[in-house]
Formats: sequence, C-alpha cells, structure tokens
Amino acid sequence: MTKQYETVIGLEVHIELATKTKIFCGCSTEFGGAPNTHTCPVCTGMPGSLPVLNKQVVEYAMALGLAANCKITQVCKFDRKNYFYPDNPQNYQISQLYLPIARDGYVEIETGTGKKKVRIHEMHMEEDAGKLIHDEWDDTSMVDYNRSGVPLVEIVSEPDMRSADEVIAYLEKLRMIAQYLGVSDCKLQEGSMRADVNLSVREAGTEEFGTRTEMKNLNSFKAIAHAIEGERERQIELLEAGKEVVQETRRWDDNKEHSYAMRSKEDAQDYRYFPEPDLVPIVISDEWIAQVKARQPELRTEKLERYKKEFDIPQYDAEIITESKKMADLFEATTEICGKPKKVANWLMVETFRLMKDHGMEAEDLTFSPANLAKLIDLVDAGTINSSVAKKVFEKVFAEDVDPEKYVEENGLKMVNDEGALRETIEKVIEANPQAVADYKGGKEKALGALMGQTMRAMKGKANPGIVSQMLREMLQE
Amino acid sequence: MANRISDETIEYVGILAKLELSDSEKEAAKADMEKMLDYIDTLNELDTTGIEPMSHVFDVSNVFREDIVTNGDDREEMLANAPQHTEDSFKVPRTIG
Repeated sequence: MTKQYETVIGLEVHIELATKTKIFCGCSTEFGGAPNTHTCPVCTGMPGSLPVLNKQVVEYAMALGLAANCKITQVCKFDRKNYFYPDNPQNYQISQLYLPIARDGYVEIETGTGKKKVRIHEMHMEEDAGKLIHDEWDDTSMVDYNRSGVPLVEIVSEPDMRSADEVIAYLEKLRMIAQYLGVSDCKLQEGSMRADVNLSVREAGTEEFGTRTEMKNLNSFKAIAHAIEGERERQIELLEAGKEVVQETRRWDDNKEHSYAMRSKEDAQDYRYFPEPDLVPIVISDEWIAQVKARQPELRTEKLERYKKEFDIPQYDAEIITESKKMADLFEATTEICGKPKKVANWLMVETFRLMKDHGMEAEDLTFSPANLAKLIDLVDAGTINSSVAKKVFEKVFAEDVDPEKYVEENGLKMVNDEGALRETIEKVIEANPQAVADYKGGKEKALGALMGQTMRAMKGKANPGIVSQMLREMLQE
Repeated sequence: MANRISDETIEYVGILAKLELSDSEKEAAKADMEKMLDYIDTLNELDTTGIEPMSHVFDVSNVFREDIVTNGDDREEMLANAPQHTEDSFKVPRTIG
C-alpha cells in the first residue's frame, strides 16, 4: 500500500434524557421495571390517544444546545417518521426533521494531536422505542414498551473527526456536558448514550468525500475504537483492490470484532416524514432562552479555574476531579465540611479511583457520603488512626458508607500512642529477636525494619509508626 | 393537470404501507391518488409568496405537561387488547431487523 488515506467520521449520538416521565405521557422512565409496567395508551400507540409534550424535555434539549454553542430554533415542531417495526407501536416515531430544536454549534475537543472544534449540525428531540426479546424456540418476539416514549436528544455532528481518538474525545466531551447539566447520566452500557458512526476514507489531500457507511450497535468506547479501525481497514482494502465502497448500514458485533451489512442504500427506508398533527408548534421566546441560560450550572472549564483559585490545588488534581460532575460534587461537598481541599483531592484521586477500578465502577456509581469521607480525613489528622488503618476504614466507607468514627470505635482501630503498652511490646520483640538486635547494633540499619514490622504486627497495625521507630531506636541504645 | 400514477409507484406505495393490493384495488388506488395530486395542483395555482408554511390548523402553541408521574402500572389493561400476549409482554411474530 503506497497511498495515504484519511478517515472522515461524523457521529449521530443519542442521549436519553433524565426526566422523571416520558416525552409524551405521564409514565415513569425508571430503568429496569418489570416488562410493560410503565406503559399507557399513549406509549403503546392505542388508537385515539394523544401525546402531550413534557416541558422538561424542551428545557433539557435547550440546555444541551446552548452548552454546545448552538442556535436555538425559536419556532420548532415535531414530525412523524414512518416505519413498521414492532418496537414502535404507533408505526411511526415522533421526531424532528424540518425544524430541530438546535442547530449550528460546536464543541472543542483535545487529543494527543492538539485542540480542535467539532461542529454540531443539529440536535433534535425524539422518542425512544420499546425492547424486543426474541424467542429462539417459539418463532415469536416479546415486546416490552417500558422504554417506548422515553425522551432522547439526537446530536448530529458534521464529518469533522479524523481518528478513533477524536471520536472518543468528542463522546467524552458530550458526556461530560450532559452530566454537568444533569440532563442525562450517559451510560453507554445501559444504553442511555448511543453512537452511530458514519465513516468514509479518502486519499490524503483530496477534498471530495468517499462513500460512507454507517455503523450501529456500538455500546462501549472500546467497541467504537475497534469498529472504526476495522471499518477503515475494510474500506481501504476495497479501494486498493479497485472495488467500490457500498453505501450501507453495518452492525458491529463486539464479540466477533467484525461488522456485518444490515441494509444497503437500495433497500434504504423511505420514512415519509410529515408534520406531526397531534402536537402544536413550540415557540421559544428570548426570555425563555435567557431563563435556561441563567440556570445553566458551572461547566468544567469554569470549575477548573475556580478550583485553582479557591482551593489552591494543582492543575493536574483539578483536571482529574472535574472529569466527572459526580466527582467534582463529592470534592466540593467534602471540602466544605472538613476544609482540607488537598487532602480530599488525594483521597479521591488515589484510593477512590483505585477502588473504582477494582470494582469496574464509574464515578456515577459512587454512593459514599461526603460527611463520612470528611470524618475519616479528620480522624487521620487528629492522629486517632494511622494511614494504613485509614485505607482499610475507607474501603468500608466506600462500600457501605459506614460512619468512620463509629467503625474505628467498634473495631478498636484507634492508634495506640500509649507508651507503656508500646514499651512492653517492644521489649518482648527485642527479647525474641536476638539476631536482629545484634545485626542492628553491628551497623545493619535494615535489621530495624524487621523489628518495626514485628512490633506493628504485635500491635495489630494500630501503633503510630513514627513513635514505634523512635522508641525502638532509643530502647536498642539502652 | 391530469397526474398519472405508474404501476411501479403504486407497487412501492403499497410496500411502504405494508398493504397487499389486488389488481382491481391497485387500479382504484391509482385513480384516487391521481385525483389527490390533481387537487394539489389546483392548490399550487395560488400565489403563496410571503406566506408562512402552516403545519397546524389551530393557532395554538406551547401546550406542555409538567414532568410529574401520573400513570401507574396498568399492564393488564394495556395487554388486554393485544391479539397475542404473555403474562407480561406483547407477543408478535419473530422479527429481526
């Protein structure tokens, strides 16, 4: 292969909004209910039922649009997208084609190759579909409409990305914005954030786009990166062999790390969009936009600046902590209680991240309270427990949100600073280890470590290591 | 005027609407659609320069609900009208797309 190829990628990202109810009816959006327990005549498409728009959906969509520097469409409406599939009980999806809620925005991303803008073509509001479970034996499918009518915002980018790295950075940026705004939890695994990847390749230096394919069913950052690499290779191989790329939709199989053609352009669906007659237009006044703007919470860039000024923590710490809203909230709340920002930052960045990794958790999954982390930090500072005990106590705080004061009390974990008890233990250790004592006296500093270790073990780890070391030295001099 | 609907078009529209039409039904549908298109042509004779396209016949906008859960579990009722269902789900012919 001698030619150089450039990959051109655009994304369609679906974000499930964190409203309490569905977009057009008063059914709960709660995840994981028993099948069809969150349904009503509207979201099961019963004839004669009428949709009524959830105002919160419009405000969340506006918030997302504004945060991504979009223009809000001040006269905006819904359209019907017609298709037959049992996950969609009305035989049409209520979406937006002609006047989507937001247009012409951008977000800034940063990768190893620097900063760049990814332009947003548009954002539109629509409803989610139900879930089909296929019965392998019975030749039937079971339909659960609990997800039918859950509000989504689809964010369509311009074809501005050139690598898997840029795609991941873009998705992380969108996720961060949505989480900071509190409009979605954006969990790829649970499907509350989904991405379809449009990809084409072209010879480096050419202006014209190649034929693109669309890949669906990508539910992790890893799958997205692999699918992009795989599809790039597949298209280049076709071009090198003098063949053509066919415009088609492909489904990624994460287990086989391979994509399959789902449908080609020839049988592409004709959705016959038309204005939704059951919903009246939305007219968004300047005042309404101003209100939503005024309610926008502090986003990451502003938070970063404030942390450095207000808490005097290093840039690196501030960056790690503000990567997720949840972590930033924990940091602020804990610091507010104990007033020790740098120590709070350390506990979050070291022990919390370690345990999250061990348990395969994300910041959003954390359940311990700021009050209990603050107490733990105070216990260490007051010399009530030493740092190795503190790490063990934190594991309990992390897992069960225990009250560290009570836990330390009930399990007798207080650091022993009582010289009498220590002296007794050290005497026993010295007596039991004549060889190590002789080695130390003969100048082997290392031998002290062995005696320290024995003393700490005898004290069940609760002794103050500084005091033990000092007392050992003194007593060995005697 | 006098729009003509081809056999291919009526076939395609039938597929999109998931309708199986007999030959006589096809002919009748063609005649109906031709009349509809003729009527649209009549409308097109009007000069609509400067007139905002209308998507709704009522002069009403911003009809919203608040984000409050008002519906409970009504599964039994929802499943009652389904041609086929199990204890908790709608049952349809096996579909994979």
